[in-house]
Amino acid sequence: MTEPAVNQSLAADHGLKPDEYQRILNLLERTPTFTELGIFSAMWNEHCSYKSSKKWLRTLPTKGPQVICGPGENAGVIDIGDGQAVVFKMESHNHPSYIEPHQGAATGVGGILRDVFTMGARPIAAMNALSFGEIEHPKTRSLVAGVVEGIGSYGNCFGVPTVGGEVRFHPAYNGNCLVNAFAAGLADADKIFYSAASGVGMPVVYLGAKTGRDGVGGATMASAEFGEDAEEKRPTVQVGDPFTEKRLLEACLELMASGAVISIQDMGAAGLTCSAVEMGDKGNLGIELDLDAVPCREQAMSAYEMMLSESQERMLMVLKPEKEAVARAIFDKWDLDFAIVGHTIPEDRFLVKHDGEIKADLPLKALSGEAPEYDRPWVETSAARPLAPVPEMDPAEALAALMGSPNLCSRAWVWQQYDHMVMADTVVRPGSDAAVVRVHGTQKALAFTADVTPRYCKANPVEGGKQAVAEAFRNLSATGARPLAVTDNLNFGNPEKPEIMGQFVGCIKGIGAACEALDMPVVSGNVSLYNETNGEAILPTPSIGAVGLLTSLDEAIPMAPCAGDALLMIGHSEGHLGQSALIWELWGRSDGDAPHVDLRAERKAGELVRALKAEGLISAAHDLSDGGLGVAAAEMALAAGTGVALDAAEGMTPLAWFFGEDQGRYLIAAPEAAVDEITRLAIAAQVPVRRVGMTGGDTVRLGTSEVTLSGLREVHETGFARLMGEA
Amino acid sequence: MKSAVIVFPGSNCDRDLAVALGAAAGRPASMVWHKDAALPPGLDVVAIPGGFSFGDYLRCGAIAARSPIMRAVVDFAHRGGIVLGICNGFQILIEAGLLPGALMRNQTLKFVCRDVHLSVETLQSPFTSAFGNQRVIRVPVAHHDGAYIADYALAARLEAEDRIAFRYVDADGDATEAANPNGSVGNIAGVLSDNRRILGMMPHPERLADPQLGGTDGAPMFRSLVEAVAEVA
Repeated sequence: MTEPAVNQSLAADHGLKPDEYQRILNLLERTPTFTELGIFSAMWNEHCSYKSSKKWLRTLPTKGPQVICGPGENAGVIDIGDGQAVVFKMESHNHPSYIEPHQGAATGVGGILRDVFTMGARPIAAMNALSFGEIEHPKTRSLVAGVVEGIGSYGNCFGVPTVGGEVRFHPAYNGNCLVNAFAAGLADADKIFYSAASGVGMPVVYLGAKTGRDGVGGATMASAEFGEDAEEKRPTVQVGDPFTEKRLLEACLELMASGAVISIQDMGAAGLTCSAVEMGDKGNLGIELDLDAVPCREQAMSAYEMMLSESQERMLMVLKPEKEAVARAIFDKWDLDFAIVGHTIPEDRFLVKHDGEIKADLPLKALSGEAPEYDRPWVETSAARPLAPVPEMDPAEALAALMGSPNLCSRAWVWQQYDHMVMADTVVRPGSDAAVVRVHGTQKALAFTADVTPRYCKANPVEGGKQAVAEAFRNLSATGARPLAVTDNLNFGNPEKPEIMGQFVGCIKGIGAACEALDMPVVSGNVSLYNETNGEAILPTPSIGAVGLLTSLDEAIPMAPCAGDALLMIGHSEGHLGQSALIWELWGRSDGDAPHVDLRAERKAGELVRALKAEGLISAAHDLSDGGLGVAAAEMALAAGTGVALDAAEGMTPLAWFFGEDQGRYLIAAPEAAVDEITRLAIAAQVPVRRVGMTGGDTVRLGTSEVTLSGLREVHETGFARLMGEA
Repeated sequence: MKSAVIVFPGSNCDRDLAVALGAAAGRPASMVWHKDAALPPGLDVVAIPGGFSFGDYLRCGAIAARSPIMRAVVDFAHRGGIVLGICNGFQILIEAGLLPGALMRNQTLKFVCRDVHLSVETLQSPFTSAFGNQRVIRVPVAHHDGAYIADYALAARLEAEDRIAFRYVDADGDATEAANPNGSVGNIAGVLSDNRRILGMMPHPERLADPQLGGTDGAPMFRSLVEAVAEVA
């Protein structure tokens, strides 16, 4: 193959702006080779370089006594006591999933699992946050079916329980769905593996699957907007093989236990290029690669293709030379490729040879260190228009409509396609506030949740950013877990538009404030920009994945109350209906400001719920979020199979009281005898508490109107199949 | 009870099964690699776990059934050894010719992971004797290819010989169509070999054998094995 001539037009085809190409010319003082141009485009695209977001990401709180490793490595690491650590991250695979839903979503799962086990952790839980267009859109059903099947096919085969997540529908995602995959793993706190190479002349080893032409240019594709030709980009999507990934996991963990590994990095976006540069850069070393040694699955692959391939299930490792035989034997056992493809060199140089020729000879540090960084202009999001009057409606009818609506009906259709019990440690399954997974062989457990309310973020990015973190905090607290830390997956439109950049900046400010106030540092994350099709941006969607710790399973709080329990609401209510699920799901309205989050009150309320559990006073708890008190009570009733009766509130319309979405609230259930003591403790903690009703019977009663529990169950549990046209 | 769990590349319920066997027996199960040619000496029970051996490529269980260790497992079974196959393990036992019938893609064409109710159809086996009066149990399924297919003659023979170990039923114990998660013939969830020493089943009793995981209905299976082995000894 003859290589094309490198010039500004070719650079533009690689997604490099004219000033970025000029920067390369200045840096090299010559024209780059074709392979070098490919390497620059891979390293300098938005996906790998974070060039638009870096300035703002630096403002996020990332430290705390619980943090072993914050952002910058493959995943964040948090201390969970007893010499153990949880390793976790969330990452997007939006563009590939829109182009090819099954493989796009599957390889998203594969990538995030690799990020976790690269650090020496065995994955123990996965989640995913999915945003699709409106169900009536002709593409939506096939995207939902394909993405869910893809996630299931990968996670189920790999053998990690998929325990939670989110699924939303909104027309803003019609041309650009979001697939955010989360994974968490468990490791010994003193046996975490990092990517920094060390030592000169150390072998650089290629592990795992062979390299093919799939995914060439994937990261660059993921850094551009879609036009009408999105489907034509299918060849840039990689194909996943979870069976190879499972073997790679077992082989890597065996290899790490053998003491052979100096450093390790998975080949994700921009494959061999990104992983090699990362290891050299972090270790202040150069890397020399001999591509003739790279195991290839296709014939006559060029250096350019090998450097940019995003073939899955591959790792790069710097090995202790004396352990080569041990390492090779482990990879032979698992029938995986093992090849020495280069070595570390003392000078700041990235040297790539192929077929006896030098294909790239670049200053290594400049590839990441000299990457462009932008301070994009941004404008503050203007205030949302005030909430127009909300019509009156029978609250029980409104509840039934909400519980069967696309965004609030049961997600069992989705999570029953995911093995959520493999590894036999899933204590709280999907469908609750947060999933709870036991730390194998102990009485400890970890709680996981993924949250964001994009409607809020659109109306008020700062409050929406806060709310995403606050809701995660609340979901963890409602299961009895102490919130530890978060990973953020920031999905936005084109950052070159000041109003989109303004959404991004606002959300970051809100997330930062909430993480600080709730003591949940950001330890890993991912930014996905350019989520636009034909100029239409998605809703700002900063997905927050959060992890909490239960030091004993005795601390776990169920969501299902007992019949005859008193129901109490923790937190303050004003009946906030702006941007609520009620007005959106029932009338397609999105007016009013997002609810504001009082972070101090949020923290106190969460701490109170956990304290009440420690005192043995409550039988169940559930957080109040979309659909407010009414939906929370209905969900608890369905979980328990017992009815509930909620009283109306004075001074508030029934719809505002039952469906208002004020933040910082929980619904708790307790035996009658405990109510006085709960009230006393709440007052002492300066947290509002009020009795709102009782459990029992076989209806859900809201003030004076009611709906049968069986009727509610029917609309709630068949809702998703109905959306998919299966019922 | 001395038990072994066979580990294939792609097995992923191997640890879960070993935990359940170990808890019942009071001694750990040995883990045996698929490339080994022989089983450890003195075994009472060989267990083949769930998962995706060889990625479910070709046909679920087909490649694993031809692994070196499976010759030893077949010999063990032919000598009257107790062999348990769960989920992918059931698929492997069928592919190895140790159990009759076939397992096909679920009728819904979707992977299904949820709790199901099973009726314990016979107590006459080393896997089911301890269920006693507990004739309807709740355990999970998690599979894509779990529709048990048998022709009329085979189904009739299994029935006549009391070799159907479990059926999918509703909470009241009725084998309704709605209770069948995958389209299995006759709601069959597990079958015994003609000497009643080999059981293959799609549901996962090992996942509900610990009260912390929300149920213990799977535990009597492992108790049955321990008791059966103790009686012989």
